[in-house]
Amino acid sequence: MELSIDIQKEQEIAQEEIKNQGFRVLVCGGTGCVANGSEKVMAKFRELGANVSTLSAHDKMTVVPTGCHGFCEQGVLVVLPEQHTTYVKVKLEDVEEIFNSHIVGGKPVERLLYVDPKTQQHVMKNDDINFYAKQTRTALENCGHINAESLDEAIAVHGYEALSNILKENNPDAVIQEVLDSGLRGRGGAGFPTGLKWKFTAANKGGKSYVVCNGDEGDPGAFMDRSVMEGDPHKLLEGMAIAAFAIGADEGYIYVRAEYPLAIKRLRKAIADAEERHYLGKNIMGTEFSFTLHIKEGAGAFVCGEESALIASIEGERGMPRPKPPFPANKGLFGRPTLINNVETLANIPVIMRKGAKWFSSMGTETSKGTKTFALTGEVNNTGLIEVPMGTTLREIIFDIGGGIRGGKKFKAVQIGGPSGGCLTEEHLDLPMDYESLTKAGAMVGSGGLVVMAEDTCMVEVARFFMNFTKNESCGKCVPCREGTKNLLKILEKIVKGKGEMEDLEILEDLANTVKDGSLCGLGKTAPNPVLSTLKYFKDEYIAHIVDKKCPAGVCTALKTIKIQEDKCKGCTKCARTCPVGAIEGTVKQPHHINQDKCIKCEACLNNCPFKAIVQE
Amino acid sequence: MTTESQNKVDIAVLDKIIADCGGDKSHLIAMLQKVQEVYRYVPEDAMIYIGTKVEDLSPATVFGVATFYAQFSLDPKGKYEIRCCDGTACHVRGSMPVINAIKAKLDLKDGKFTTDDGLFSLETVSCLGACGLAPVVMVNDKVYPQMTSDAIKVVLDTILQEENK
Repeated sequence: MELSIDIQKEQEIAQEEIKNQGFRVLVCGGTGCVANGSEKVMAKFRELGANVSTLSAHDKMTVVPTGCHGFCEQGVLVVLPEQHTTYVKVKLEDVEEIFNSHIVGGKPVERLLYVDPKTQQHVMKNDDINFYAKQTRTALENCGHINAESLDEAIAVHGYEALSNILKENNPDAVIQEVLDSGLRGRGGAGFPTGLKWKFTAANKGGKSYVVCNGDEGDPGAFMDRSVMEGDPHKLLEGMAIAAFAIGADEGYIYVRAEYPLAIKRLRKAIADAEERHYLGKNIMGTEFSFTLHIKEGAGAFVCGEESALIASIEGERGMPRPKPPFPANKGLFGRPTLINNVETLANIPVIMRKGAKWFSSMGTETSKGTKTFALTGEVNNTGLIEVPMGTTLREIIFDIGGGIRGGKKFKAVQIGGPSGGCLTEEHLDLPMDYESLTKAGAMVGSGGLVVMAEDTCMVEVARFFMNFTKNESCGKCVPCREGTKNLLKILEKIVKGKGEMEDLEILEDLANTVKDGSLCGLGKTAPNPVLSTLKYFKDEYIAHIVDKKCPAGVCTALKTIKIQEDKCKGCTKCARTCPVGAIEGTVKQPHHINQDKCIKCEACLNNCPFKAIVQE
Repeated sequence: MTTESQNKVDIAVLDKIIADCGGDKSHLIAMLQKVQEVYRYVPEDAMIYIGTKVEDLSPATVFGVATFYAQFSLDPKGKYEIRCCDGTACHVRGSMPVINAIKAKLDLKDGKFTTDDGLFSLETVSCLGACGLAPVVMVNDKVYPQMTSDAIKVVLDTILQEENK
């Protein structure tokens, strides 16, 4: 088709504009860094930059608010791209020093550089920081490098180039074939081949059909979709437009959870900007192809991440899953054929179309191609968002990129895939992270949340925690999930309270398998995974709770005993006065003791004893 | 339907909300969000009005949707809505002591979640997506990173000081 926009030319103009910005200061404007005060940091830079007319080789300075750099732990992050310098943990009071010393004076501020936890050396370049050096970024390639709210900056880094080429060639089937060839699989959890989904939906071409983006990132511990929506919204929009062209849709929805106000704001702006310049909306780039996008805000229901529940929610109903078939590809939103893909999946599309299926499938393993983002959190030194080729081992992720366990503690387990996933242990550290290997080990890639746990985490308590989550989030439609999660939680609560019996373990396993087999949707089918995987790998901890009435990690309150060591107690009475329930008795200058029946194990006495005479057993 | 609750909803406001949402039942969630923005909760009369006014809806359907989603509250929320994250990352890094400190400080117990003066309300949410900064607390739209039981007390005190000025 003839296009009214010459994307190459637009790109050149946009790149020229970036050059005209002069000295660029990139400040992270992701949710994490905003919380750490990045908006004040930006304002200060702007204030200082406005007053100085001579800036090393530039006549002006531009402060660019970017999306998430991924290294949230070290926020606020400030990057001087031309100087290849990354400053970490920048506070408002540091801005003047960076400005005077480095931007004007050309001398880096060493104390604000990242310190490698292993070598204790200051690291200046982004690429030399282990956290970044071992990553390969596809979906996140622009996050942190461009102004997230500028269409021009997106265009300067190849934004809408793939869409333009596709419209020129005007061959939807070739687009689907390219996605099939790339081997891309759904990044939302289940890992269904994306190209196949497109093919099935395209088979129903003719009438009205929809493209829906699933941005209901509900897994606790996952925030990759938020980062893409906040940091490179145009990549998602372009991915959706390409999908719409391939399957013959003219309308689309992005369903974003209400907990992400910044993502909603940036997407709204991105859609308005793109429509104004004809990259979206009616007659895109002057062609016959039109694609209108709407944003739908969720209202706090985890189950809406399930595709049929999400469709119900967009239609304004209770977000309850519907039995499949019919699949959304045949009968989805408002009863019409619908393609639903996750944010990260769609963000990969423009890159695949631009660099080719071969390039994409050269990364990863036999069955899992390309790169995958993981949200690395918990008891690890470098928390943040990473992207690595599929098949990277847990060891590389946790110890090389993540810098190992914080506080010198011992690694115990990693919880992968959120409430649907499982806990893996030391023996799995060399497991390649791909869809098949993880499923085989009893976990799943899921959305890609990795929560690292150290020796002081109680695995039974973790299982209880997840079951509490899924019990709350079960929509209540099907019996196995509604009643099963409730009773699984009851048994787990019994065990952490020290009231469990050995036969509970059998019931637990039996019930977990019933819920897994009998539930209607993915929530119920995967909800027992945390229980089953901890039972498999940490059965000794369950037994310790049941038989010895002890919590090996010292977490479960009911199994703790707080004691006063008589030889160390001076009888100062401070503990007796601190105790909120009056459980401590004794006379002045005599050793006190705790009435275990009254004690609520709040540890107030333990934290307040001036002689460290109170201990927990 | 009590006279007290009738006084709380303004038909003109509800009509505007319905019109802004295109008057279509597929926008029911958006309507309820706007109602909650205005009243800080979803009053019963607002549900009845929307259920009667909008085509193909009934008060029962509206009530069903409002009670399904965690975001909607049928009781008034505080002027400062505290959302304390208890997602996995926050839980592992100690969100429970923070939640307990808030409860103690604001005297919220036995399932009570709004303070008597209507200033604060507390809810636990499953993930705010700022896991790198765990544990996280959000007060209205502001995110407070790396909270401890002491740090959150300072945050609350600061807000109280502002209010008492």
